[in-house]
Order: sequence, then C-alpha cells, then structure tokens
Amino acid sequence: MAGVVLEKLVKTFDRTEAVCGIDLDITDAEFVVLVGPSGCGKSTTLRMIAGLEEVTSGAVYIGGALVNDVPPKDRDIAMVFQNYALYPHMSVYENMSFGLRLRKYPKAEIRRRVGAAAEVLSMTDLLDRKPRQLSGGQRQRVAMGRAIVRDPQVFLFDEPLSNLDAQLRAQMRTEIKKLHQKLRTTTVYVTHDQIEAMTLADRVVVMKDGVIEQVGTPHELYHHPKTRFVAGFIGAPAMNFIPCRLARSEGGLTIRLNDGLSLAMPTDCMARYEAPAERDLVLGLRPEHITEAKGGNAGNGGEANRGAALPVTLDVVEPLGRETMVYFTLAGAELCGRVSAETAARAGDAMTLSADMTHMHLIDPDTGAVL
Amino acid sequence: MAGVSASEVLFKGASSRRDRRWALVASYACLIVFVIFFLFPPYYMLVTSLKTNAEIAALNTNPWIIEQGMTSAHYVHLLTETAFLTFFKNTVIVTVCVVAITMVVSVLAAYALSRLKFWGSGLLATGIFLTYLVPDSLLFIPLFKIVGALGLLNSYWSLVLVYPTLTVPFCTWIMIGYFASIPRELDEAALIDGANHMQMLLKVFIPVALPGLIAATIFAFTVSWAAFIYPMAYLYSTDQLVLTVGTVTTLIRGDVFHWGGLMAGALLAAAPPVILYAFLMDYYIAGLTSGATKG
Repeated sequence: MAGVVLEKLVKTFDRTEAVCGIDLDITDAEFVVLVGPSGCGKSTTLRMIAGLEEVTSGAVYIGGALVNDVPPKDRDIAMVFQNYALYPHMSVYENMSFGLRLRKYPKAEIRRRVGAAAEVLSMTDLLDRKPRQLSGGQRQRVAMGRAIVRDPQVFLFDEPLSNLDAQLRAQMRTEIKKLHQKLRTTTVYVTHDQIEAMTLADRVVVMKDGVIEQVGTPHELYHHPKTRFVAGFIGAPAMNFIPCRLARSEGGLTIRLNDGLSLAMPTDCMARYEAPAERDLVLGLRPEHITEAKGGNAGNGGEANRGAALPVTLDVVEPLGRETMVYFTLAGAELCGRVSAETAARAGDAMTLSADMTHMHLIDPDTGAVL
Repeated sequence: MAGVSASEVLFKGASSRRDRRWALVASYACLIVFVIFFLFPPYYMLVTSLKTNAEIAALNTNPWIIEQGMTSAHYVHLLTETAFLTFFKNTVIVTVCVVAITMVVSVLAAYALSRLKFWGSGLLATGIFLTYLVPDSLLFIPLFKIVGALGLLNSYWSLVLVYPTLTVPFCTWIMIGYFASIPRELDEAALIDGANHMQMLLKVFIPVALPGLIAATIFAFTVSWAAFIYPMAYLYSTDQLVLTVGTVTTLIRGDVFHWGGLMAGALLAAAPPVILYAFLMDYYIAGLTSGATKG
C-alpha cells in the first residue's frame, strides 16, 4: 500500500483550467473523499491520479514515486467507475479476472483471488452470470471485485454509487466502508454527495472551481468550516445564511439583522469577533441550531445567552418522522429550522424559534471566509 | 367525479387497444404487400428455371405456374456443360479475400479513428466516407489503368485489389459508429486492467461491437459477391470470370437468351448470400452491450 501526493497539480482543457494547482497529501491506508459540485475538478483530479488524464503541470506521486508519465496499468491502482464499466461479453468471473489474466497470473492464483473477492462481496453464486443478468448493485459489486482482486496500492472510486437508488446506495456505502476497514488500502473516492463524503471519509477534500476549499475530517468540516462554500455545502439541510451587521452594544457585541431584530452574541464568542465589529457580515446557523423556544427560558439573552428568540411565521412545514423541518423568512432570507416531531405547527402559523448562537458562524461577505 | 374519471380511463384504455389493433392490421397489410413485392422475382426465377425451354418460349402459357411439367435440365446443363463451378470458385476466392482484407483494414482504421485522437482524425474519418460516395462507374476507368500497370488485367486477383476501395470506406464508417457507441469507461477500465491497444481491440472492442462487425461483413460480402462493372471491365477469360459476369456471358449468346439457365444460375448464385444472412442474422442481435454500463 502507498500514499498519494499531489503537488501543484494543474489540468487545462483548451485554455480552461479544470484543476488549478492543488496540493494534497494522502497517507497510506487513508480514505480520502473528494467532494464538490459538478465541474469542480474532482473527477479530473482522480483521473490524473489514475493516469487517464495527462497532467498539464505539477506532480502526482504514488508510493513516493513520480508517476506523471507512467501509464495507468503500471501505476498499481484499481478504479471503480460510475457506470460500472463491466465487459458485457464476459461473465462475472471473467470480468474480475481480466486484469490478472492480462498480467499472466497462474490460473490457480487467479481462481483463488477471484474466489476470495467474491466471498468478500457475497457474489460467489453470481460468477457465471453476464453483467446484463445482474442488478445495478450487483454490477457495482462486480466492478469493486475487479478492483479488489488486483490487490492494488490505491483504490480510486469515481462516483460509484451515483447510479443506484437511495436504499441501495446506503447499503453499498456501508459495504465500501467495511471493505476499507478490512483491506486498509489507500482510497481516493470522488462524489458530489456530501453525505457519502461525511460517512465514508477519514478526511474530506472539498473542491470548488478547480481549487481545494478545505481539507479536514468530517467533524472539522461540519463544525469548523473555513469558507461560506464549505459551510453551505456540508450538511443537509444546508446551513442558513442571514445578512447581518455586527454592532457594539452595552453588553458587548450584538448581531443586528436587516429587519431590526437584534441577537446578542454569547459572551464566550465575543473575543473572537472583536475585530470585525461594526461591519456588514453574514450570519451562518445550521437548521439544528434553530429549534423551538422552550417555555420562558428562551428569549433574547435568555438562559446563559444560548437561545436568541426568533419570532417567525412558518412558510412550509416538513414532517420527517423523527423531526420536523420548518421553513420561514427572516430578514429577507429563506431559513430552515428543526423542531420536534410532535409540533402542532402548520404553514402560516406564527411561532417563536430559538437560535443557539453558540454554534453561529460569521462570514465575511466579500471574501466568503468564515471569521 | 371519481366514477367519471374511472370511466374516462377505461374509455382511453379501450381506445388505445383499438388503436393498437389498427396499427397491427396496417403493419401486417403493408408487410404482406412488401413480401409479395420482394419475393416475386425469386419466385419467378425459380418457376422459370424449372420450366422446359418449350414452355418458356410459348406465348400462350401462364408465366406464373409450371404447366408442362418440371425439369432439372437447366441445372444439369449449368453445372455440367458450362464453367459455372469455376465462376463459383473464383467468386468464393475473391469474396473471402475481400471480406478478410476489408475487415482487418476497416476494424483497425475505425479503432484508430474513434479512439486514438490524433491531429486530423475527424477530417480523415469524414474523408474516408466521402471516398465511398464516388460511384463505381467513375472509378473503374482510372482503376483500369492501375490494374493494367500492375499486370493484373484478366486476373480475378485484380478484383481482390479493387473491391476494398468500395468496401473499406463504408465498413470503416460502420465500425466507427459501433466503436463510438462503446462507453469510454470500458477502454479506461481495460487500460487500468493492463490491456494494450491490441488487447483492448481484440478482447473488448471486437466482441462488444460484434453486431457491427457482422453488419460490415455482410456488406463487404454482398459488394464483392454481386459487383458487376469491375469484373465486366477487367476479366474476359472463362477461367477467371466470376459468377455475375460469367453466368451472363455464358448464357447469353448474341441475341439468344437461355432464360432457364440464366434463372437457374441466378438462383444458385444468390443462395450463398441468403444462407449467410440467415446464419449471421441469429448473431446480429442488438443490445449486446446491455449491462456494460448503467442502462
């Protein structure tokens, strides 16, 4: 197994820069997920690691060796594609053994490896079938089997679950995670689905417009996003963004919303935001931090400055079973909050919600940086 | 309200069933007309080839049926007293060689043009197709000069040289289309699996594009089996002639047409393509690529 290092990696297509000089160090046995919206350069980066795209400039190292000019077959990698890319005329066994046969492995060894991979993926009964006789999930498992039998240094996954339905996707996600825990092979996984990224990754790389916005553990990205893009991209439903002004007041700092509503800043946060005071900013607050106000405790400057009261009129109420999402407009922004499933609130009702300001983020609207 | 909509649904269901029945009736009616239209010539050939010369010449008999008894005389005459079998052998040699050359050249060309992107590949692909649009009747004169210069006049090997100018462009074009329909991930997977270009072509592209390969083979076979102008222009000795020209020159003497023999010869000459089509059609199935990718 081996680590993967990207150094100032650039890819240009007809004068358009798809990947703009990214640096990334993936350690041995690590599971790294590249995530971002379409066109952010994540797949291009993966394809450069695979050797399917030429590197315009910069360097790709696999296991410490520079592989810029090494053909894909000699990089000791295996790739799983979004569309499975199974050979339609070959059986599952032939599909899985194709790479080994080309590399002239002894027949007994091929049989052993394919058997072992089929066992891991619970496909022993399917080895004689053709891809067209398999379901989407089974096909993707064959594609993974084809990667496993090679026992490569690095696994590359290019949106492998995007073609599966939601239930199967969740199941395969778990299987991929189990597989990684078992094999401990360095894995680079590309997806546009932030849930996949969060659930699978040791570290997540958020990309946008060909550059890396942030690299970190799922926890870091969720709780300490560095940019507005990361804050908005990670988490579902997405973080709420409300234009505001950070003003000095008698008690310290106050966040003043456009409609005149003032939210007191928790005292433990004040030191951090002393500098940008008296500026127009954007307040970021996740839906789970906007909840029902509880009894008399909630209110402006309520219990330990934790809950700032938001009197709102609900636009949409979405019961999800375990919880209910409520959508409303505040200070000209469409916001989302999360209340208990037992709520009797309906669309059009007035409701007082409580914003937990200890989890707030303040964002510079010009640079998009989280302060 | 619900009752009304339910009856509307029922009505719509019945009307769509009725539409379907009418569509089927119309389809079958059209198909029957076409079958009669296309099977009439072979039927007429068969009937004529089994009639005696006297019945063929008689003006007062029904041309669609055999009234005065069947005879195999035309077939016996054709196979024993003419060089028909030599023509047949020559045609088989020419066709097998042409099909082989065509498939090798066009599959390699199509692979290169569809997958190895190089400078001018798109233009070259279009250029190849354009060469197919030049009609034989224009080409055979300049090609006559070339064949003559190579000393191949009056040799069926000249046809082996010349027919690929007709078959290669079209077959390359067919194969480009089939190769282009193979998802790119499939070659990338093969590339990562360790295949070189030749292995990718032989082990992935050709098996996956088999329907295209068969279509191209049928085309090359038909062209070289049925071509008339070239052998007419380049061949004149009986031992070198192929079926199309040989049958005609042997059985039309001056203004005397041996209709029975001509029809028997035409029928026998048409048999191999028919058998080939019937055999290959089983393999000519669409959807061979299903299962390769999402779909």
